Amino acid sequence: MTQLNWLPEVCLGEAQPAQPMDKMTTILQPDHATIPDVSEPAKSRAARRVHGLSDRTIAWLFVAPTIALLLAINIFPLIWMIRLSFTSLNLSMSYLPLRFVGLDNFSDILTDEDVWIRLQTTAEFVISSVALQVVVGFGLALLINRQFRGHSFWTTIILLPMMLSPAVVGNFWTLLLQPQIGPFNYLISLFTGVPPSSFSMTGQVSLAPWTIVMVDTWMWAPYVMLICLAGLRSIPEYIYEAAEVDRASAWRQFWSITLPMTVPFLMLAVLFRAIENFKMFDMVNLLTSGGPGSTTELVSITLKRAAFEKWRTGYSSALAIILFVTVFGAANIYVKTLNKVKQR
Amino acid sequence: MQKLKRLGSTVASAVLGVAALGLFGGGQAAAQGKQLTLCWAAWDPANALVELGKDFTKQSGIEMKYEFVPWTSYADRFLNELNSHGKLCDLIIGDSQWIGGAAENKWYVKLNDFFDKEHISMGDFVPATVVGYSEWPKNTPNYWALPAMADAVGWTYRKDWFSRPEIQSAFKAKYGRDLVPPKTYDELKQVAEFFQGREIDGKKVYGAYIFTERGSEGITMGVTNVLYNYGFNYENPKKPYQMQGFVNSPEAAKGLEFYKELYKCCTAPGMTNAYMQEGLDAFKSGQVAMQMNWFAFFPGLYKDPNVGGDKIGFFVNPAGPNGHFTQLGGQGISVVATSDHRDDALAYIKWFAQPAVQQKWWQIGGYSALKAVVDAPDFPKSAAFAPQFLESMGIVKDFWAEPSYAQLLLDMQKRVHDYVVADKGTSQQALDLLVKDWTKVFKEQGKEVASQ
Amino acid sequence: MTAAVAKSVLARSTAHSIVEASPRTKAFAGTLVILYAVITILPLLWIVATAFKSQSDAIAYPPKVIFEPTLEGYVNLFTVRTRQTPDFIAKLPPPETWYDSLVRKHDMVIAGPSKVVPRFVNSLIIGFGSTFLAVFLGTLAAYAFSRFRIPLADDLLFFILSTRMMPPVAVAIPIYLMYRQLNLTDTRLGMILLYTAVNVSLAVWLLKGFIDEIPREYEEAALVDGYTRLQALRKVVLPQAVTGIAATAIFCLIFSWNEYAFAVLLTSGEAQTMPPFIPFIIGEGGQDWPAVAAATTLFVVPIVMFTVLLRKHLLRGITFGAVRK
Repeated sequence: MTQLNWLPEVCLGEAQPAQPMDKMTTILQPDHATIPDVSEPAKSRAARRVHGLSDRTIAWLFVAPTIALLLAINIFPLIWMIRLSFTSLNLSMSYLPLRFVGLDNFSDILTDEDVWIRLQTTAEFVISSVALQVVVGFGLALLINRQFRGHSFWTTIILLPMMLSPAVVGNFWTLLLQPQIGPFNYLISLFTGVPPSSFSMTGQVSLAPWTIVMVDTWMWAPYVMLICLAGLRSIPEYIYEAAEVDRASAWRQFWSITLPMTVPFLMLAVLFRAIENFKMFDMVNLLTSGGPGSTTELVSITLKRAAFEKWRTGYSSALAIILFVTVFGAANIYVKTLNKVKQR
Repeated sequence: MQKLKRLGSTVASAVLGVAALGLFGGGQAAAQGKQLTLCWAAWDPANALVELGKDFTKQSGIEMKYEFVPWTSYADRFLNELNSHGKLCDLIIGDSQWIGGAAENKWYVKLNDFFDKEHISMGDFVPATVVGYSEWPKNTPNYWALPAMADAVGWTYRKDWFSRPEIQSAFKAKYGRDLVPPKTYDELKQVAEFFQGREIDGKKVYGAYIFTERGSEGITMGVTNVLYNYGFNYENPKKPYQMQGFVNSPEAAKGLEFYKELYKCCTAPGMTNAYMQEGLDAFKSGQVAMQMNWFAFFPGLYKDPNVGGDKIGFFVNPAGPNGHFTQLGGQGISVVATSDHRDDALAYIKWFAQPAVQQKWWQIGGYSALKAVVDAPDFPKSAAFAPQFLESMGIVKDFWAEPSYAQLLLDMQKRVHDYVVADKGTSQQALDLLVKDWTKVFKEQGKEVASQ
Repeated sequence: MTAAVAKSVLARSTAHSIVEASPRTKAFAGTLVILYAVITILPLLWIVATAFKSQSDAIAYPPKVIFEPTLEGYVNLFTVRTRQTPDFIAKLPPPETWYDSLVRKHDMVIAGPSKVVPRFVNSLIIGFGSTFLAVFLGTLAAYAFSRFRIPLADDLLFFILSTRMMPPVAVAIPIYLMYRQLNLTDTRLGMILLYTAVNVSLAVWLLKGFIDEIPREYEEAALVDGYTRLQALRKVVLPQAVTGIAATAIFCLIFSWNEYAFAVLLTSGEAQTMPPFIPFIIGEGGQDWPAVAAATTLFVVPIVMFTVLLRKHLLRGITFGAVRK
């Protein structure tokens, strides 16, 4: 069972100072200490039962609908999909007899060079975009934390791109990036003198991967910024005051206090953003259609084409399972590594 | 805190109300009278069909509703719809390549009995359109659609630029021949090179516009116009599904290379994912001298205030060293099998098949496939592009219409775009990989694929 | 916390900086942030401006920064038009409204309303419906996980979280088949169920964190006073959880509102929401950019409103409740 016991409790100026290393708050581990002890005096238990439904009934009544919904919409289809992955089902040729092909779909996928290239493209996208967002987001958070005048207004402005639908964003950026009629190329040419129609952000093999990173960062750097702000605001004053007393320089303070204590939040941001960007489909599909060629074809786009354009349901089920296992496994490893790092 | 609570409870009750609306009152209000929904792609001919359909409503009292989807998501959306046995469409004007899948999966109503009953004869329609839009299996009398929209790839050019004396003399000086609409692809490339980067009326213009779209079918529908004329064949005419040596013959590889050269030398910048709309935009805004596009758009282009009328000219897809073909477009109209209004839908088809309606269809911007319309003596004069249309319909060639056509198309999209736009490998390699892809698709279907 | 305590708490929390930054540092930081904010808002401003451009201005090259504004984009968004010959238009009765005359100027006639309003309504119904359901179910489940000992609680909670790791396209494959059998494709009910299932995992996680913070003593006291568990929930816990519920609701709403993959794969007409509709608004021959820009602007307004109203709670939602008050 994975535990994320490393996130320090964040207090916004609470009475007692937080001790980040001592008091661990769990994310994935519920707090057992707060669950009522079964061996309570019979009197109060009876009292509860007398007044309305018993606790047990209520507990099940409250949890059951959620679990039922998730079973129906997540688990049952997942099991169905596992079964499908062993077949040759093609929805647009459903008149063909259904064949059980065992692990053929899986071996097809794992031996297909193109699939590995897609995974590599996706990994590169995830790493570049998350790295850039972390740098930009953290930088912004540091600057905003200076509390200059009007900072909350400008923060809200920076948050706006996050509020848009990624599909709509991908779509209107095609207009912005069009070499002839879009403002982006003209703006760049203003600053660098390069003629606007000499390069195409979404059309050139060298530029397209960076374009999707750029647009994704435009959308999600604010997300990382918010998380880092939370982290920065959780660092209690007395630590800095102590450092001041020791006459530590601002740079030293940053390296020994700010950065280490924000790292948990950064790691959290990295985890969430990485998972989201691995799943990325809508923004990139509308921005480049996976092109030019297949240079920005992320693995979700391949999946969508296999499942809903080629209608190779069996094959795409196998691919979906491989992807899920990959993300799940990677997330697990990441979290376990994080826990180990934090225990140090 | 109180304000938040009140806001919260107001929002909650509003939300509850809206959600209840959605869950229980979700359906449309019951239609007054009869209604049919016709599904097609969103383009000029569709608007013309809306106009035409008003006559049907007047005559039959059945109201027509339309669901038009842009071309780039047309196949996506409607194949999804058909696959999910949706009830959105009663009538569908499906792409010619869907016929195989639609027939095998029983998405369309087979029309043979209906045609016999209503005395609609397929012999009245242009043979290429009957084979292309209606028959499955091909060349057998099994009809799944009425040919509705005859279409092919053609070219437009700026007649006004071509007729400028200074341009004519410059061209003659450079190439030693007159500047006329090209008849071969080599000539086309010359003309495109000539116009590429030239200043006309104070703006830089470019030579040609060709299809390069990656997502649906664009670049395939463009490249086949060159490939066919260099000797590309889908299979051995004597042995079905034998593709080795026909898809990837050395001549075909040369043809593919030519398309890439044309793309690199003589097109406007930024056209890396361009299909019909971008071509219209480029031509209408005066960016290109020649444009590849579907005949379906030519009526609208002719009427355009900026580039239409005397300024626009048309020519047939140029020939290559090994053939003269053009890519077939066009669609037939079918009745969706899951429709609840089958009889009304069939009534629409019966109405649409009438010669008078077909004539009006041609006049308002559609392309009739009825012989009575296109073989009429005054047809070539009825529009500036009519002669080219007639000639093109005589040399059309279509992509696979197999039930697995979507896979075949997407494989070709990938290989061609990878080579032409993304500079991957050589043209021979691209076509070799394509043969491998297609072999795999056919094998999965259980077809015999010979390699030699 | 009472208002006074909260104020002093906030005052202390705003003094978190390495050193109380000097005015020069503040100015420097401010300049950089404002620069970034301006650059980041430019694309949005361009889109908002494009909504007020005419068709030709929107695709002019070079792109126009100064242009004559018109409401054509908005009119095009809400109407379906057909092109007619100038003679036909001359024969029509004079235009009755300002938008009629606007359209006539381009030799076109309004043929009816476009589908944007039904799509927007769908977004409202599906968005708010699924948010309400997810928050409702999530609150109950979170309360139960927080207050009672549920067998296999840890595993259940982790399973709930892991449902968010699948790409939506992958989840859509079996859902598509399932909905096909159940006749749920292209229905609002189907979409609401799907979005609720996706949102409820986030909701349970967030709300459990919020409810965990509410001290049990209040409920215990209420129970001793003779309230039933349900009454204690209603009278004691929920009022204190309102801000948490609001934060959760905002996140669920943002997801359902902006979602594209499921919507484009599982809806086509009846239940289609705005995200699959906006990128495919077609004008004559090409994408109708002013109309697309108009739709984008209108679509983002409700979310921006909600976000600005509830921005203080954004922080908690983003970190999955890891940030405690």
